[in-house]
Parts: sequence; structure tokens; C-alpha cells
Amino acid sequence: MQVFAFYLFAVLMIASAVLVVMARNPVHSVLWLILAFFNAAGLMVLVGAEFIAMLLVIVYVGAVAVLFLFVVMMLNIDFSTLRSGFMKNAPLGVAIALILLAELVFGIGAWRAGGLDLGQPLGDAATMAGVSNTKAIGALLYSRYLFLFETAGIILLVAMIGAIVLTHREKRASRGQQNISRQVNRRPQDATVMRQPTVGEGVEL
Amino acid sequence: MTDAFTQWGMDSGWAIFVASVAGILLIALPLMLAVAMIIYMDRKVWAAINLRRGPNVVGPFGLLQSFADGLKVFLQETIVPSAANKGIFILAPIVTFTVALLAWAVIPFDAGVVLANINVGVLYILAISSLSVYGVTMAGWASNSKYPFFSAMRAAAQMISYEVSIGFILVCVILYAGSFNLSEIVMGQLGHGFGIVNGYWFNLLLFPMWVVFFISSLAETQRVPFDLTEAESELVAGYQTEYSSMAFALFWLGEYANILLMCALNTLLFFGGWLPPLNIDLIPWFDVPGIVWFLLKTWFFFFMFSWVMATVPRYRYDQLMRLGWKVFLPMSLIFVVVISGWLMFTRYGGAA
Repeated sequence: MQVFAFYLFAVLMIASAVLVVMARNPVHSVLWLILAFFNAAGLMVLVGAEFIAMLLVIVYVGAVAVLFLFVVMMLNIDFSTLRSGFMKNAPLGVAIALILLAELVFGIGAWRAGGLDLGQPLGDAATMAGVSNTKAIGALLYSRYLFLFETAGIILLVAMIGAIVLTHREKRASRGQQNISRQVNRRPQDATVMRQPTVGEGVEL
Repeated sequence: MTDAFTQWGMDSGWAIFVASVAGILLIALPLMLAVAMIIYMDRKVWAAINLRRGPNVVGPFGLLQSFADGLKVFLQETIVPSAANKGIFILAPIVTFTVALLAWAVIPFDAGVVLANINVGVLYILAISSLSVYGVTMAGWASNSKYPFFSAMRAAAQMISYEVSIGFILVCVILYAGSFNLSEIVMGQLGHGFGIVNGYWFNLLLFPMWVVFFISSLAETQRVPFDLTEAESELVAGYQTEYSSMAFALFWLGEYANILLMCALNTLLFFGGWLPPLNIDLIPWFDVPGIVWFLLKTWFFFFMFSWVMATVPRYRYDQLMRLGWKVFLPMSLIFVVVISGWLMFTRYGGAA
């Protein structure tokens, strides 16, 4: 059963990863990418890391991929212009392909040379027995790797502030500014007047 | 349930499989029935507040109205627009419907009555509810038509915005309960308020969070004050404009299943799930099966959803975004800080 599930997730993940690259339509690519994320989460569940699996779905599928989809959907893609730069970019493409090929060859070679003997983690690094993996991650993250964790947090904060600064616009006084409290506090009496005109005379405002 | 099947002479693998399928059916089929009845109730409440009668022709008191509508929709022709992106167009309602059912796997209906009692239940709910945006977005894009597309854009932005504050509210509850498991969160609420009241709502720090959660769940399910994705005065019918027949019905069912899920979450996270409202045995209400309390509370929240729908006018889009990012997000962030500080102070005796 476990083996069956593993191969199901693994095959689907690789297939959808291939289709991310192969798909003509970028929106289809993003959707295949989402399927790949899902199967990765499935693999995480199989190795017993359900916390990481859920985070993968929440962060990547729930937020990152939605933004991808959001942006890609709004692109107006003309396939002929996409292909026009092909010859110019071809050398770069060939270089990347060669690097990937080399990695594949090395990878298969290393695999055939036999498994890497990692040994058993000892002391601080030993796997905690009888603790759910949420707790185990927390215990490691906030003690041993506290400095790295805080650094990552500060980098994210800087990125966030950077994004806000980039999109921040100076206030233009003349138009387009809304004062929410003024809008909410506006009452019908401020905007309308009730008149009872005599017939045939009309209204002076 | 697995044990029962093994006693009937199945080996354990098959027993788990059969028990899971039976459990899924046991949740999904009554859920569909509940959705049909809840649509009827929604229309009735709405009508009553508008001083109308609402559906009252099909069956006694119009009870069979939803089934009649379902049959009508079932017999209609499925139209796929020629300019649509066919695969995704058909996939979108299926995704919406499936995702709406998925989250129910971890909802505990009573003590121990849950399909999958996983440790990361709340995270699972959060993960699944973040998926429901895909159905809408895919439908809007695949329809290849401008109104559905606008609707899809709005839905994507709206659901991401409100998910953030929902996430922080869930963190507040988790901090109090000390667990991601929904059953343990419910049990943590037993006698939470001075040993008498069952529920986190009876807590000065969590009550405001419940209010924010309720409003966010309206936004997350695109219910009325925030139903900008299908604002009929602007966008025809939003992302479902091009849909007909069963595809349309799947959207409808998925939407209401999501609404019910949000009502159930309000019940589980803040109002003590299957526990009776008070922890004292005035009348023998601990003998009432827990599922009755759970369903009553969920039903009450659905009534509140309908009530809001009938009374509150629709938000403007920029107001919606402002509420999510400038009001709810800072507020829930501050509450996470305050609550964790308070718990550190009261539970763990000051500085660790």
C-alpha cells in the first residue's frame, strides 16, 4: 500500500513537472505546477512529515501559486512573438541543457556507486522519539537554529518593506484620495434636501 | 468501524479501505442533503426578513424546492462555450465541489466521531480552504469572457486577503488550546469560562477574534456583504456566467458546502463544538448526543449568515480590501502578540 502510494505520488509529480515545462499555455503550466506541489505534499505525508506537507500546501499552493496564476492569467500572450527570439537565446538554452545533462550523468553515476553512508544522528541532532513532528520542528527551530530562524525572519521583513516602498506612491492632493471616516460619517441630510414644490413652478436649489 | 469489518472476516488492509469508503459516504451524502435543506432555509430566512413567503409550493412548506431545482438543473443541457478553454472549463466546477467536500474529513461531529483525526487538523483546514479559490479562478479564466474574468481576479485577491487574517485568528485559538487537533481544541473549551461556560468565545481576548473570524468567514465564502465575485449589478453572475446545468449545480453545492464548513468551524473553534453551552448539569443535557449540539450550533451560525445576507448591503471593492488589510490584519496580529504574552504570563509564569 505504502509502496503503491509512493509510486503514484512520485510518478504523478514527475509527470506534472515535465508538463509544467512542456505545456504550451502558461496557465496550464501553473496548474500542472500546482499538481506537482500537491504530489510533493503527498510524499511528505508518506515519510511522516505531515506538518511540512500542510505548510507546503498552504504556502505554495494556497498563496504563491495563486499569485502566479493571477499574474499569468492577465498576460496576453502572443505565441509568435514568444518564438521570435529563439535563435538569440539558443546558446544559453544549450548551455543550460548541457549542465542539466551533466548533473543527470553524475547523479546516475553516484547512484550506481552505491548509497551514501550518512550514519546515525547523535546528541542534539538525534531524532526525538515519541514527539509529533510539529513539536520536534519547534524544539529545533527555536533553540538550536534560533539565530538562522531569526535571520530568515529579518530578511523576509526587509523584503516586505522593500515591496511596500516600491509600490508606495506619494499622496496627490488634488484627486483620487479617499477619507474613509468622512465617507462613513456622511449622512443623508448633508447630501440631499427635501422640497415640496408647488405644481408647475420647479425647484430652486 | 475498522474493527467491525475485521470481525466480519476481512483482512486489515481491506477493512481500513472499506471503513474509509463507508466513512466518506457517511459524511458526504448527509452533507449533500444538508446543503439542499440549507439552501431552502437560506431562501426562507431571506424571504421572512423581506416579508415575503419564500419557496412554499413544492412539497409541504416548500421543503422539496431544492430537490426540484436540482432535478431541473440536471435535465438541462450542458453548454460549453466554443471559445472556452474546454479542459479547464469542465475541471473548474469539479475542483470547487471536491475541495468543498475534502475539508469535512477532519471535522469532529462528536467525541471521536471524525473520519481522520489528524494532528494537524487546523492546518489541513487552512490548506483546503486556500484551495477553494482555484475553482473560481479557473472558471473565470477558462470561460474566456470578460465578466467571469473580472470575477476571478476579484475572488483571487479577496480570498488571499482574508485568509491571512483567518490564519492569525486560528493561531490565537491554537495558542489557547495548545494543539492543532480539532478534537483537542474542542475539549480544551470544556469549562473554559470560569468552569461554567464551554467555549472560547467567553474570553475577553478571544471574543473579538471570533467577531473578526465570523466576518472573515463571510468574506472567505463570498457571502453577501462581500459577494463581489458575483455582484449581479456589475458582473452578470460573476465566474458562473457561462455555466449551465450540472456544472452550475456543482458550483452551487460547493459554495454552500463551504458555507456550512465555515459555520462548523465557528462552532468548533469558539463555541465548544459538540459540548453543551454550559458545563453544569441543570437539565441532563450532557445526555443529549454531542452531534445534536454540534448541528444545532452550526445551524445557528448558518441562520446568522442568512440574517446578514438579508440585512447588509454589499461592500465596495476598495472597502473590502481596506477592511481585510488595514483593519483585520493589524488587529489579528496585535491579538496574536497579546494572547501569546498573556498565556506566557499566566501559564508559564512570566519570562521563560
